[in-house]
Amino acid sequence: MQVTMTVNGEQVTRDVEGRLLLVHFLRDHLALTGTHWGCDTSNCGACAVWLDGEPVKACTVLAAMAGGHEVRTVEGLEQFGELDSIQRGFMHCHGLQCGFCTPGMLMTARALLDRNPSPSEPEIREAISGQICRCTGYASIVRSVQWAAAEEAGTRTSADVGSPP
Amino acid sequence: MQVPAPFDYERATSVDDAIGLLARLGATARLVAGGHSLLPMMKLRLAHFEYLVDINDLHGELGYVKVEPTRIRIGAMTRHRELLESPELLSSFPIFHDAERVIADPLVRNRGTIGGALCQADPSEDLSAVCTAVDASCVIRGLDGERVVSMAEFYRGPYETAVGNAEMLTEVRFPVRPHGSSAYEKVGRRAGDWPVVSCGVAAWVEGGVITDARVGLAAVGPNTTGIPAISQALRGRAPSEDLYAEAGAIAAAYCAPVTDQRGSAAYKRHLAAELTRRALRRAVARIDGREV
Ligand SMILES: Cc1cc2nc3c(=O)[nH]c(=O)nc-3n(C[C@H](O)[C@H](O)[C@H](O)COP(=O)(O)OP(=O)(O)OC[C@H]3O[C@@H](n4cnc5c(N)ncnc54)[C@H](O)[C@@H]3O)c2cc1C
Repeated sequence: MQVTMTVNGEQVTRDVEGRLLLVHFLRDHLALTGTHWGCDTSNCGACAVWLDGEPVKACTVLAAMAGGHEVRTVEGLEQFGELDSIQRGFMHCHGLQCGFCTPGMLMTARALLDRNPSPSEPEIREAISGQICRCTGYASIVRSVQWAAAEEAGTRTSADVGSPP
Repeated sequence: MQVPAPFDYERATSVDDAIGLLARLGATARLVAGGHSLLPMMKLRLAHFEYLVDINDLHGELGYVKVEPTRIRIGAMTRHRELLESPELLSSFPIFHDAERVIADPLVRNRGTIGGALCQADPSEDLSAVCTAVDASCVIRGLDGERVVSMAEFYRGPYETAVGNAEMLTEVRFPVRPHGSSAYEKVGRRAGDWPVVSCGVAAWVEGGVITDARVGLAAVGPNTTGIPAISQALRGRAPSEDLYAEAGAIAAAYCAPVTDQRGSAAYKRHLAAELTRRALRRAVARIDGREV
């Protein structure tokens, strides 16, 4: 069957099997390998992407279900050669070590800040609670999101966690 | 890599279209709503269907929480997140907010629907316990029109409901009565996990006595429907810690948990008693305005 969707603002059409999962469509058909493929059981969240503006687990969505809809992946965060502030937050605050969970974390964190520009620490932890990170213990991910929130609010001071590299 | 066996994908444009597709394609077709129970089962090859009929385009028609003077109606395509964030449900039936906070995780909640949750009829499923507590009825539509069944009739057993082949669940509705409130208590092994045991309570108190109370348990056996014996024991009596303990003891006696990786049968029985107590205590405190 043919499926047409918008991925990172660009319309794409491909011939796919009905059973193809969105995560494999993005990685194997569009070569957008930023979206990771982890547990395959909708537990780890490495495959998180946006579907119509909401983060979802792409291992549990059919590519066909995304037909006619808008998908945004980690590749779509960078705008005009500028990293998103959430990406810079992860850089400044060491929000990653191995990086496997990072694309999913970035997409969820971006969605959180779009809805709630100054989330509390429990709100950040809740937002990323469907995703597993085995390196950071989450503390530096939380700080990264806080860094980005402060950056966007224009309230980040040199006293804030994480100094520029 | 887990992928479902091949199937044909169809997309319904309306409730009537979905029912028409199911009628035409026959028993080898299944609806897919959020897909967060069905797709994992198909990926594990525990289930196979030749056709999947996607009903996500029906969110406009079936995604709603409608508050009427005497009842609340929830469309089958209403997603977990929408239930969690509904201010109307929070003020009238906080049990939904309590439960949705601990059902899966925010990403799963962005996709999973109340219709899919009830139709999956997993004995560990949280919303079935919630709907049992609030005395919900399920609206099932087929080629010949609609019928309305109680939760007890709807839930036929593990993974089995009253929804027939060319039918779908369109709405869940429950009565609104004054002087009541509700609460949900769940124990899980970790954040976002299915319950070891959970318990929902809806209660009504007038003139210092409980006029009605309903309990729904999840994950304590094949049958998640209510426990009438608890309602009988509570009606007409003044709320007290002793009474909550008595209700808990009935819950423990009534349920039929099995030992599995989530816990031993004895531990689950203990939880059934304790969570029934806690949920009753909290629901009653909310009626008095002592707790939110
Ligand atoms: C990681 C993870 C954790 C989870 N944790 C929990 C938890 O803690 N507690 C909990 O209760 N649940 C949990 N769930 C289940 C989750 O809530 C599912 O979203 C829900 O059970 C199914 O909803 P769905 O819309 O995705 O249904 P689907 O998977 O689309 O469908 C499930 C079944 O219902 C049928 N169906 C769907 N809609 C209709 C309809 N309108 N009429 C007739 N039949 C229909 C389908 O044909 C299918 O047989 C979890 C799921 C995952 C993936």
